Formats: sequence, C-alpha cells, structure tokens
Amino acid sequence: MSESFTKGMARNIYYGGSVFFLLIFLALSFHTTKEMPKRDHRENLTEAVERGKALWEENNCIGCHTLIGEGAYFAPELGNVFDRRGGEANFKAFFSGWMKAQPLNIPGRRQMPNFHLNDEEIDDLAEFLKWTSKMDTNNWPPNIEG
Amino acid sequence: MNTLKYQSQAVAKPYFIFALILFVGQILFGLVMGLQYVVGDFLAGAIPFNVARMVHTNLLIVWLLFGFMGSAYYMVPEESETELYSPKLAIILFWIFAAAGVATILGYLLVPYSTLAELTFNDLWPTMGREFLEMPTITKIGVVVVALGFLFNLGMTILKGRKTAINMVLMTGLIGLAVFFLFSFYNPSNLALDKFYWWFVVHLWVEGVWELIMGAILAYVLIKITGVDREVIEKWLYVIIAMALISGILGTGHHFYWLTTPEYWQWIGGVFSALEPLPFFAMVLYAFNMVNRRRREHPNKAATLWALGTAVMAFLGAGVWGFLHTLAPVNYYTHGTQITAAHGHMAFYGAYAMIVMTIISYAMPKLRGIGEANCNRAQVREMWGFWLMTVAMVFITLFLTGAGVLQVWLQRLPESGEALSFMATQDKLAIFYWLREVAGVVFLLGLIAYLTSFWVTEKKA
Repeated sequence: MSESFTKGMARNIYYGGSVFFLLIFLALSFHTTKEMPKRDHRENLTEAVERGKALWEENNCIGCHTLIGEGAYFAPELGNVFDRRGGEANFKAFFSGWMKAQPLNIPGRRQMPNFHLNDEEIDDLAEFLKWTSKMDTNNWPPNIEG
Repeated sequence: MNTLKYQSQAVAKPYFIFALILFVGQILFGLVMGLQYVVGDFLAGAIPFNVARMVHTNLLIVWLLFGFMGSAYYMVPEESETELYSPKLAIILFWIFAAAGVATILGYLLVPYSTLAELTFNDLWPTMGREFLEMPTITKIGVVVVALGFLFNLGMTILKGRKTAINMVLMTGLIGLAVFFLFSFYNPSNLALDKFYWWFVVHLWVEGVWELIMGAILAYVLIKITGVDREVIEKWLYVIIAMALISGILGTGHHFYWLTTPEYWQWIGGVFSALEPLPFFAMVLYAFNMVNRRRREHPNKAATLWALGTAVMAFLGAGVWGFLHTLAPVNYYTHGTQITAAHGHMAFYGAYAMIVMTIISYAMPKLRGIGEANCNRAQVREMWGFWLMTVAMVFITLFLTGAGVLQVWLQRLPESGEALSFMATQDKLAIFYWLREVAGVVFLLGLIAYLTSFWVTEKKA
C-alpha cells in the first residue's frame, strides 16, 4: 500500500466504518422487531406452545434435528413436520405414536432416543411444532420434505 | 533456559496445553458422530448423536476460547512492554474455567440432558437447549465471570503500558466477544425472536469480533517472524478488520432470510455477506506479502507455515465456501443441508483452529524454555501434522459438499410429492459420509503427529 495512505487513515476507517455500520444494523434490527409481530403470529402463542418450547430445549432436540434450517443435519427438519405428518387432522395422533415407539431399534438405522414424555408433554411439544409450522418464513422450505 | 521477555507471559502455557487436550476430545467425538451418520445405531445407547454433537461443538468453542485467552496473556505483556497486571488472577481463572468446562462436558455425558437442565435449575432462567449455547445457565454465568476477570487483567496491563494497534484490536475483539455473549441469556418464548437474537451471539462472534482476534494474533506473529516494520503490518491489520466488520455486521442479514423477518434482509444480507470473503482474501495477500518482504530468517519455519496456512484456509473455508450459499436464491435450497456443514468445518478449522495453532507454534518453544524455535526434527513432525490435518480437512469439506449438492438435488429441488424424504436422501449420501469418516481418521493421525512433535528432540550424535 502506498505511503500516502497512513496507518491513522486506516484506523479511522476501521473505527468510523464499524460504528457506522453497527448503528445501521441496530436501526434495522429495531425496525425488524417492530415488523415481526405481523409475521410470527405471536398472538397464537399459548401457554402450551411455551411449555412445548421448553421441552424442545430441555431435551436438546436441536442436537439432531433442524428447526427452520438451523440445528444439526442428522435428522429431519421439524419446522414443517406438522404439515408433513398429517396436519390438523392427523399430526397429533402420529406424533404421539412416534414418540412412544422410540427407539425403533432397526439395526443400522439412525436411532432417536425415547425421552419418556407423558401425554400432556407430548401434546405441548406438538403444539409448539404446530405453532412453528405456521410462522411466515418467506416460503421456506422449498417443499414438504423440509 | 529462560527465553521469555516478560515472565508473566508464562501463564499462557496451561491455557495452550488445555486447549490442545480439549481439541483431542473434539476430534474423537467428531469421529463417533461421523460413524453414526452411516452406522446409525453405533453407540446409540451410550452416546446418542445429540450428546456427541453437543460435546463436539462445545469442546470446539471452549478450546478456542482457551486458545484466545492464552494468546492474549502471551501477547499483551510483550505488546504493552510491561508484566501482566496479575498473573495470579490469570491462573485462578484458568482453574475456574477448566473446572467449569470439564464439569459441563461430564454433565452432558453422564446424565440425560433434561436431567442436567433440572439439576442446574434451567426453569428459573431457561437458556439451555439452543444450538452451540447448550451449556447450563450457571456455566454461562461462570463464563461471564471468567471473561470479566480476564478483561480486567488485560485492561489494567494495557493501561499501564504501551497501547499498540495490536493491543487495541485484540481488546476490542475480546470485549465484543464478552458483550455479544450476553445475548445468550435472552431466550424469549417466541421462537422467531429467540432465533433472531441467537444470531447476535453466533454470527457476530464468528463473522465479527472473532475476526478481530484472529487479525491481531496474525499481525503479532507476522511482526515477530518476518521482522517487517510494525507500521506497515498494523496498517494492513486496520484495513483488514475494517473490511471484516463493514461486511460482517450487516452480513448478519444472511441469517434473516427465512425467519419471519422483512424481505429487505435478503438484499442487505446478500450484498454485505457477499463482501465477507474480501477481508480473508486481503489476509492471504498480506500474509504472503509480509513473509516475502521478511527482514530476518526466523528459525521457526513451522510457525510461518501455520500463519500462511491459516490465511489461505480461512479464505477458502469462511470466504469461498461461505459465499457459495450466501445469496438468498441459493440459500433457499441449501439452507440446513450438508453444504452448511461443509462450510462450518473448513471455516472453523481454517480461521480459528489454525490461528490458535499458529500462536501456539510460535510461543510454545519460548514458553517451554527451548528458545526461538523447536529443533528441526520437531518442526518437520509438526509440519506433517499441519499437512495431514489441513489436507484431511480439505477432503472432509469436499465430501460434505458432494453430499450437500446431492442432497439439494434429491430432497430440495423437486416439487413436493417428487422430492425424496430426508431419511431416504441420507441413504443415498452414504458413500460421501464414509469417505468423510476416512478423511476424519486421517485428520486424527495428523493431530497425533502434531501433538507428538512436542516430544521430538534432536537425535543424539
């Protein structure tokens, strides 16, 4: 780099540029959190959904699954599992049966542990997954397979 | 023989040693998971995949933090031209952090995660069970306490000494690391908000302030091994980290494409994150440029190799592999596939694992009283470690990329009804996962070569 471009100038670009873009980022983040109520349907966030989220976290589901694409890539996406596995009519029955059937013990197949949830907890978790499936995610994922 | 300029730099040694021990654990659990990808029920009862994964990623984060802390304790006294404010505090904090880290990992391994949550009163202040932030709330508080003591110690040292650009950049990076970690305590019941602020830790760490830490360490090592004028190196440092933050802060938007967030993030996140490779490219130019303009022949060739290697691999892993899937129309199909895993592996290895090994390579001979450099035989062994690990990581990345492309092709691109299910797709990817596991074993061999180099001595005549 040429001699006319000094260390002082570089330093000012660093401090000035970082602060400037950090402020823009904070402003946009503020705007985003104001916009999100229109898209995240928080009005439907019931206590059951809240309990379901706690169960989701306390059993480390994210350690195998993705949820809206984030998490581990070992097991299926669950952001839209509600729609994939029966929706309004059949999801809860499917989900309850599924949770109770674990571990499947099929030799060589990836194995989901049994988390020993009771019926009420399974219902809460189902409510959380249902709520999640109804978030406005700009049409992600591309298809039902997640 | 005493080869340290400031005696208090010695506190870095336990940090570096412990970091490498955790690194071994990280790789072993990585191999377990790699095998579980193809032999699904391997150790499924003893170490379920979610536990192995949590151990793998948390060990990575913690060993890098130990590495960063060791680097800071080593660099700051020399940069400030004064002894560390309190070596005793540094050692106390080492033991607190090490004990908390080991206890947490044992907690993951010995009891079910839900029991750990219960034992640590997660319901009082729920912060657990989110990717990378799985540690119990009490551990998180411990991390904050350690970070505060660490920053206080360094701050007091710098205040009484010389305030170089490297010191200032390192400090801003470390303060940023501590500040952004605080978002891990915010866990609203609204998943959308939870995810939005989760990125304030995850993205602003690895694509933000950690780059400052990396830049400062690289600049320090380059000054030492090339003897190039500090003014020149520090000017480059400022330019690089300016580019890193200017692109990286708004680049956070590439995580806000599918998150109940406004569409403008698809443009802002896309444009700015597309610029994120630039600072890494500048880092490659700068590292090679400085080494070519060297004014001395430093006897530590291995450290020079690590410094050049980290720049190149960070550019490839974080820069190129990040760019591959950063634009919204591409990310729509690749989000949450093995493409992400490929990028994550090479980026973390190239930028952060390698920068820590760069400073360890430079500092360890001095910390151990050997002198400027290890003997030639030890350096040759260390370079075997470098090449085996680095080439293995290139192949891990390529195989995961192959798996990711095929996964997108089978599972994401077709319409509903025609697309293959997740599990059916995974079966088709088995060959890539097997090859990745083989590359992982080679990586472990490289790590063993690297670690054994610490015991290699000159042949007796």
